[in-house]
Amino acid sequence: MSETRILNRAALGELIAALTAAGQRVLAPVEDDGRVEFREVTDADRLALDYVQTVTSAKAVVFPRFERMLRFAMRGKDVTVEEVPPASPPTVLLGAHPCDAASFATLRAVFTWDSGDAYCEPKLAALTVVGLSCARGDDFCFCTSVGGGPADARGCDILLSALDEKTYRAEILTERGRALVDLAPGAFQPGAGAKPRPVAAILPRFAAAELTEKLPELFGDASVWRQQSLRCLGCGSCAYVCPTCTCFDIQDERSRYDAMRVRTWDACGFGHFTLHASGHNPRGKQSERWRQRVMHKFAYQPARLQVLGCVGCGRCSRSCPVDMNLGEHLERLAATAAGSE
Amino acid sequence: MSHECGNGHNLYVPYRMRVAKVTAEAPSVVTFRLEFVDPADAERFDFRAGQFGEYSVYGEGESTFCIASPPTRKGYIECTFRQVGRVTTALADRDEGDIIGFRGPYGNVFPIEQWRGKKLLFIAGGIALPPMRCVIWNCLDLRDQYDDITIIYGARTVADLVYKHELAEWGARPDVTLYTTVDPGGQTADWQGRVGFVPTVLEQAAPAAANTIAIVCGPPIMIKLTMPVLARLGFEPDQIFTTLENRMKCGVGKCGRCNVGPVYVCKDGPVFTMAQLAGLPAEY
Repeated sequence: MSETRILNRAALGELIAALTAAGQRVLAPVEDDGRVEFREVTDADRLALDYVQTVTSAKAVVFPRFERMLRFAMRGKDVTVEEVPPASPPTVLLGAHPCDAASFATLRAVFTWDSGDAYCEPKLAALTVVGLSCARGDDFCFCTSVGGGPADARGCDILLSALDEKTYRAEILTERGRALVDLAPGAFQPGAGAKPRPVAAILPRFAAAELTEKLPELFGDASVWRQQSLRCLGCGSCAYVCPTCTCFDIQDERSRYDAMRVRTWDACGFGHFTLHASGHNPRGKQSERWRQRVMHKFAYQPARLQVLGCVGCGRCSRSCPVDMNLGEHLERLAATAAGSE
Repeated sequence: MSHECGNGHNLYVPYRMRVAKVTAEAPSVVTFRLEFVDPADAERFDFRAGQFGEYSVYGEGESTFCIASPPTRKGYIECTFRQVGRVTTALADRDEGDIIGFRGPYGNVFPIEQWRGKKLLFIAGGIALPPMRCVIWNCLDLRDQYDDITIIYGARTVADLVYKHELAEWGARPDVTLYTTVDPGGQTADWQGRVGFVPTVLEQAAPAAANTIAIVCGPPIMIKLTMPVLARLGFEPDQIFTTLENRMKCGVGKCGRCNVGPVYVCKDGPVFTMAQLAGLPAEY
């Protein structure tokens, strides 16, 4: 149902105001203390749409870093268990790049395969994604190696592409996108405009499909993984900024009479992630944990859920305190796999 | 198998369970018998041998254990655990009458229907008898469906043997062959069983492999040393079952902890044949 409209930058304030008035929570990239992050906005004043990448991803919109699940009230031996209703207000994610838009397919696959998830699914159902093609990328971006691209529309309900400094072409891609336009009809003008400006040039560095096929053969080559992970501190930064990492922990927090069961992000790079009560650890070495991270995203999830666990956003590499670069690591793995034939 | 915990749509809401009976098994090891607080939960709850669940102390957290009682005994479930961390310490502090949480059953099952007419050889070490006790009792409760049943169970010391009363009961049954053993140095003056490691006792017992299913569960070192003995006795990898106990949080294939190669131990396991495990990375 691709239909197009023109959205003037000057009309972004009107768009946000109309959406807010219609009960939508609008999240958009905002510059705050030198970092661009997705934040709730009620006007266009703080929008930072010329950003390359936010530090953390958009996944928290549907999978928060910390989420209350259950509340327990304890009175002596009596306990009442109360569900904490998931906070899932109608939400518009405005100005997310195609990598973030694509990440929701992976999140959806994890949280809905086999059994559903009462916390994530309502948030996915309440989300409208207004994507924004990337005018610029940087050396960490590798979306085109993992099936995406700077103007890729997957996961978007509307995709904005800059026509010039003052206007976007808005491609309406889904019913949900159409419904959003209907909430703010005055902000959108008819027309398609001229040819959009060129998007960022992100050159493919490896072929994800080949990597997926070859990785299992490299599993047993300890030297490959040792070399790959020599620098890794196991700090978990990569997982915390990743748009598709879904590993989580469930913990209880309590006071004298009340307690909460909460779900928090976790990371397969942490040594205690798989540690058994007996002291045995199935992935006791950092190299084994790095291998798990790569295998899970590029071999296991494609095999199991038919999705890649990576959208090439490059956040892990930008945030890594020891400059591990996932794009480079994957490029090297792909080359090793090709050479080991 | 669908998850019908709590209100039926949020699987993270645990069933409320009353601790009906506490049994001290060994140092720091206890068995809880748990009954559903809500009779409607008891009515709809169903599980099969091999499945596990998440047991919670409200305000302390959840721990993963198998269901140690058989589905043939209705109205309750049992779990046996060692007190080692925050949750199991809080759990061990519960008294009879206290309310705890349970969600499950999760995971696959021992295919005991396919074992009909076969001999069964159970081999367990230490705290790994509980995941096997469920299937042992299940098969003993359907005794006429199976040929010879042999149980080899070892622990570090006599005190560390769990289910001592049931070991006595199995030992007294004419239709069960039971070998109990303790590690050298772990015996007491009045110890009637064997002294030696489980693989050694297995070698001495030398059960025939023909028409036999072996179910093995124990610490990694016991498994490692038991496999070659079974191979020498003629057991093929698809005749040998085990149950894995990877660390878990969600129990439903999402939290990522029990991922081993393309499988999730919580969904595709915990029961595997050795033939299946041979195709997986040894990350368990």
